Amino acid sequence: MNSKNVLLIFKSNIMYKPVIYRLAKDFDLVFNILEAKILPRREGRILLELRGPDEIIDQGIKFLQDHHVVVELLSEKVWREEDNCVHCGACVGLCPTAALSVHEPDRKVAFEVTKCVACGMCGLVCPFGAMKDITLFDPFAEGRVNS
Amino acid sequence: MPDFKVNKTFEEINEKIKKGTVVVVTAEQMIGVTREHGPIEAARKVDVVTTGTFGIMCSSGALLNFGHTNPRMKASKVYLNDVEAYAGIAAVDCYIGATQTREDDPQNKVFPGRFRYGGGHVIEDLVAGKPVTLKAYGYGTDCYPNREVEKTMTIHDFRDTLLLNPRNAYQNYNCAINNSKKTIYTYMGILRPDCMNANYSTSGQLSPLLNDPFYRTIGLGTRIFLGGGVGYVIGAGTQHTAHSKRSENGVVMGGSGTIAVQGDMKQMSARFLRGASITGYGCSLNVGLGIPVPVLNEEMAMFTAVSDEEIFAPIVDYGLEYPQDGGSVLGYVTYSQLRSGEIDFAGRKIATASLSSYSAAIEIANTLKDWISSGKFLLGKPVETLPSMDFKGFPNLS
Ligand code: SF4
Ligand code: SF4
Repeated sequence: MNSKNVLLIFKSNIMYKPVIYRLAKDFDLVFNILEAKILPRREGRILLELRGPDEIIDQGIKFLQDHHVVVELLSEKVWREEDNCVHCGACVGLCPTAALSVHEPDRKVAFEVTKCVACGMCGLVCPFGAMKDITLFDPFAEGRVNS
Repeated sequence: MPDFKVNKTFEEINEKIKKGTVVVVTAEQMIGVTREHGPIEAARKVDVVTTGTFGIMCSSGALLNFGHTNPRMKASKVYLNDVEAYAGIAAVDCYIGATQTREDDPQNKVFPGRFRYGGGHVIEDLVAGKPVTLKAYGYGTDCYPNREVEKTMTIHDFRDTLLLNPRNAYQNYNCAINNSKKTIYTYMGILRPDCMNANYSTSGQLSPLLNDPFYRTIGLGTRIFLGGGVGYVIGAGTQHTAHSKRSENGVVMGGSGTIAVQGDMKQMSARFLRGASITGYGCSLNVGLGIPVPVLNEEMAMFTAVSDEEIFAPIVDYGLEYPQDGGSVLGYVTYSQLRSGEIDFAGRKIATASLSSYSAAIEIANTLKDWISSGKFLLGKPVETLPSMDFKGFPNLS
């Protein structure tokens, strides 16, 4: 079993088509909705955790794309600018999923994108702008997405 | 002064540094050395203990002289990358403060403001060797007729660049929580309502003034690691006081001592001077600072062996109390509790986070250790130590 967090963007023309349930029905993938936002008449965004064998996840993603859903791998959308991070830890206490955590013995802060739900807290709190593109649910963010 | 079994002087230690026989350990390593050998043996073995801290330090800034222009000018307003520097000093001197925001910064008009660029960032850019735009305005005099200058400069084009911080390296500091019902954006970070998280901001056992709690060896003339280069303590910082509550071991249980420091920015590194943007609060500067503490006797060995379990931070509510000039202490927690990631407060568990980088503090203490061991860095004996108070001594040493 593997897990991948994906951001699904439903443009207005397909917004209300039922496709997600077929991930479970046709592909036997386990999915977990981490966050969802619908901007009426514009687009819907869903952050989904997909769980299953690697190749089945890929098939599921291909199925969504064939149905005109824009699929972005979260690990390619959200990252830490390593040179900017001073490992202070200011973000750690606010991260809801422990995607950011402190590690002994040198107390460096690790970022595990697979746990990230793109809530945006770390981007707001980091004094050095080290957390990038973490506000995928910003209603003004749509212009940044290539589709 | 009590009689000590070990008595060393700055001069003796400096001789050892020159000969390459000096023994230096970090404040973290000193804990183990003293536990294993006892304070007297530890004082015999170890000559210098190095410390470090890398945190947001408001009350920092740079004194810059941009050199005379042709024709000459007496600047009364100066901007660097649109951040104002105070110019009421002389003709071409100015002081840029870390918390000054850019002229067109929306500040907190759209709350919480992001404060993406300010005085601290100008200092970082200068030290990184990046070009900055200088704009200066004068009213014109017979000897200084020029009224306006605009030019792009790097740090090397400035005649003098002195980092000059009136208050750095707070000895100890609050652990901040928020007892109110809404999220608040403070200089202690983002604090969620109903005490959902707690932030602290010193490097604890590695923190410079916590390793010499009575400032026996620190004062005007102490040579230090500052911003990646060499700097000096130039006296007590603003708001310095020795008279705060102390635990049995003499360690302060809150703010207390501070230092004013200076150093030539041309030999510093942007890795240890970083502009900071604190959401909802403003701009500042992260300063890397480390002090070498000489182990002159067994009492200094005890002081430098202090560990996170023995250092207490006061819990203060920034939601309701602190803004109203309150700030009563709601309780104390040790740094080892804070560093565990969770503290017990009012019957529940609260997630903690540090605003100062412990991993950078280790790096600073290690760098300083290397400088001293390799003979590059001699101790500066203070001409005058910081104002202090009496200590009754450690019971096991008398
Ligand atoms: S707040 Fe920013 S600099 Fe500090 S540990 Fe987190 S990502 Fe790194
Ligand atoms: S966006 Fe930042 S705070 Fe939110 S889950 Fe991801 S890493 Fe954690």
